[in-house]
Amino acid sequence: MSTIRVINFMRWNKLANVISLLLLVASLVALGTKGLVMGLDFTGGAQVEVGYQNNVEPEVIRRQLADAGLENPVVVNFGSARDVLIKFQVDSAEGLEDLVVSALTPNGEQIEVRRVEFIGPQVGEELRDEGGLAVLVAMLALMLYVAVRFHYKFAIGVLVGLVFDTIITLGVFAYFQLDFDLTVFAGIMAMIGYSLNDTIVVYDRIRENFRLVRDASLVDIINESLSQVMLRTIYTSLSTLLVLFALLFLGGELIRNFSIALIVGIIVGTLSSIYIAANVILVLKISREDLMTTIKEGKEDEYELP
Amino acid sequence: MNRNSFWRYFVVIAALIFSLVYASPNLFAPDPAIQVTGQSSALAIGDQVLAEVKAALDESGIEYFGEEVAQGNVLVRLRHADDQLKVQALLHDVLGPDYVVALNLAPTTPDWLLAIGAEPMKLGLDLSGGVHFLMQVDTEKVIANYLETQEAELKRALREARARYREVKIEDGGITLVFADEAGRAAAVDVVRADFRDFTRELRRDGDLYVLRLTVLDSLIKEKEDYAVSQNLTTLRNRINELGVAEPIVQRQGRNRIVVELPGIQDTAAAKRVIGKTANLEFRLEHMPGSDLPREEFPFRDQGAGPRTAWLEKNVVITGDQVAHAATGYDENGLPQVNISLDSDGGRAMNLATRRSIGRNLGVLFIETRTRVEEVRHADGTVEMVPVQYESKEIISLATVRSALGVSFRITGLSSPAEASELALLLRAGALAAPMYFVQESTIGPSLGAENISMGITSVQVGLILVMIFMLVVYKVFGFIANLALLFNLAMIVAIMSVLGATLTLPGIAGIVLTLGVAVDANVLINARIKEELKSGLSPAAAINAGYDRAYVAIVDANLTTLIVAVILYGIGSGPVQGFAVVLAIGVLTSMFSAIVGTRLLVNLIYGRRNVEKLWI
Repeated sequence: MSTIRVINFMRWNKLANVISLLLLVASLVALGTKGLVMGLDFTGGAQVEVGYQNNVEPEVIRRQLADAGLENPVVVNFGSARDVLIKFQVDSAEGLEDLVVSALTPNGEQIEVRRVEFIGPQVGEELRDEGGLAVLVAMLALMLYVAVRFHYKFAIGVLVGLVFDTIITLGVFAYFQLDFDLTVFAGIMAMIGYSLNDTIVVYDRIRENFRLVRDASLVDIINESLSQVMLRTIYTSLSTLLVLFALLFLGGELIRNFSIALIVGIIVGTLSSIYIAANVILVLKISREDLMTTIKEGKEDEYELP
Repeated sequence: MNRNSFWRYFVVIAALIFSLVYASPNLFAPDPAIQVTGQSSALAIGDQVLAEVKAALDESGIEYFGEEVAQGNVLVRLRHADDQLKVQALLHDVLGPDYVVALNLAPTTPDWLLAIGAEPMKLGLDLSGGVHFLMQVDTEKVIANYLETQEAELKRALREARARYREVKIEDGGITLVFADEAGRAAAVDVVRADFRDFTRELRRDGDLYVLRLTVLDSLIKEKEDYAVSQNLTTLRNRINELGVAEPIVQRQGRNRIVVELPGIQDTAAAKRVIGKTANLEFRLEHMPGSDLPREEFPFRDQGAGPRTAWLEKNVVITGDQVAHAATGYDENGLPQVNISLDSDGGRAMNLATRRSIGRNLGVLFIETRTRVEEVRHADGTVEMVPVQYESKEIISLATVRSALGVSFRITGLSSPAEASELALLLRAGALAAPMYFVQESTIGPSLGAENISMGITSVQVGLILVMIFMLVVYKVFGFIANLALLFNLAMIVAIMSVLGATLTLPGIAGIVLTLGVAVDANVLINARIKEELKSGLSPAAAINAGYDRAYVAIVDANLTTLIVAVILYGIGSGPVQGFAVVLAIGVLTSMFSAIVGTRLLVNLIYGRRNVEKLWI
């Protein structure tokens, strides 16, 4: 048994539960009232990114497009005041680029079409379905892995933690009305993977301490384990956050929301791996007997390192 | 206890050399270049073209070097990227419309690296700029066409067999035959059994009517779909070759989609026109006055001599996908003609149809999917302009059959060489087996691509520096070791991506940055463990050993979960997201390797041979 200072994490259990619940409710409210702003990838439609030489007002562009007969485009500045992103709900992108260019250059202004994207309605629908499927498959695969390597009670802890992380991250996206597109989706999947890293490190320690410490209560073991991995969890999260902020500020507009998803996810994931993951197994009353079988299987722990 | 075995040295050093060598091609910036190809493959590109190009460039005073003829292309490297467009315009004027002048980036990998297969990573469209199209092949149309021809054939066969039917109609992907008596149906079953083997039969009663239901075999549907998609792939490849894109990708995706990627292309509208000229051909006999065969009326494409139409039979003899080749030529009298060759199935069908039709006219229909914008008036009075796709069918040739035709025949009686070459062109272009339309499109301008690259590189650099400082501050000597492992890790990721030929995308770069942040996790786990073991009273050497040992399980467990996520993401994702998933997976593996095996080597080197009193951790 190590001599590390044991912090009584479970003392703040109630407070943590209340905060988690509040966050969860707030996220669900944001999702319910404001709703997730689905990006082009999932809604289908078209978008055109145009670069001007001088600053430009989205309102002017809206009027020019309306004059050309293009109804209800969404026009926003993108990254800088000289760049705009124009979104349309259309079923075919045929001739759209030419139409936009001629609408925006009534007096022969110099503009640069930086990006044109079109997603057909059926492709958008497929991406939505596939995305949902991927999340389900990922969660199931991860639970199965944890159930086999640890115990099914741990798997439930993992599931609750992952669902929590995902809902909070989506809640933040709904609250700030950030575009949820395929890249953000990839970010959330990665976040699920990394958030699980933290949880597994905690569980790994709990399992180990169950074997080392014969006569301790479950709460004591959880406290001890959390204290032992606390510093590591914080360090890893910090170093990951460092690079994510580098990406957020330097990576450009196209991966801004991706960075935000991961930043939120890493912060929430760190908290959830400490409190939610531990709480669930506390509620499920994991016992030494539960882990006995895996102790026998756990021979690989003694492998010689390469 | 903390000695390095021979194998650890061997593995780490081998991995290090491999990574450095195979990552190195990415350090050489490519040269802006101009590539000249022929419009058609028949056009030989050789030293003569190169000489013309050189002469034009010398005259203009634009700096160039490394000009060469390779794989039927002329490649000229330029000193300045700004000159590319200028040179393109210049060469276009000098060489004329027979040549395609494309912008390209020529890799500058040294020959000795190329010799061992080391090449730079491929860049995704979001980094190189270019267009990505996803086209849907309308395979349902193929099946519908097939059913229509089978229906016509079936009616003819039934009449020949004197099987009197009430009704023959196409419904729900099959053909339903209705008879008034059982004898008629029995005769029909015999006909179907003999000559229509691609259908499954089902007999049922409907009141006092006898029904025979024919359903197309699934295997045949799949075969037709596969054929249509692969035929369209071939046609698209030919059309894209005409565009002269440096490294195009044309691939089947899923059951009935085709992906087209054209990196570095500037005029995306032109690309879309060339790819989108979806056309098809049908050869049909002219309808004979007085015959009861179903017929349709079509206009002529060439309306030079006033509006003209003709009635053709509904039955299709062959379609454009059976046309193997069409070229202009001259007959014995020096008059222009078009020589056509068909594939063997087409030849057989043509022979069967023309053998009994000598003296009749054979028409060629040119079918195009076009788009027109239509005004749609909504109930609330608003007017919306919607693009509507429609098929236009025009007769491009109506010529008399002089003899039974086979796999190769000719169309004569053309008024001019120009008409002949136009007809040949249309015959060749029409070789699409099924209509296609765009379901996804993305165009990234070249400047945005370049911006994405530079922003990506900056993020990698800044992220790397931040993490390295962090590790040094937190773990001192062990942090320094972890940082070496981090650099090793970065080199390994780049090397493996290059060797696998994986495509680097913007999310992929984000994945590299992310991996750098997360990669230190394994080292943090190990170092935290060593610190703990030291605190609990182990000697430094024992603490190192125990730290690596105990952290090992947690590292493997934690990383495998990320690997699972990466695999799933790759499986369902497309393009940029797949690029991210690849980096994520490679990153997990390399960081495990560099943290567990790589750092242990260094730690053992530093602390293994002496009796250390204190670890600077």
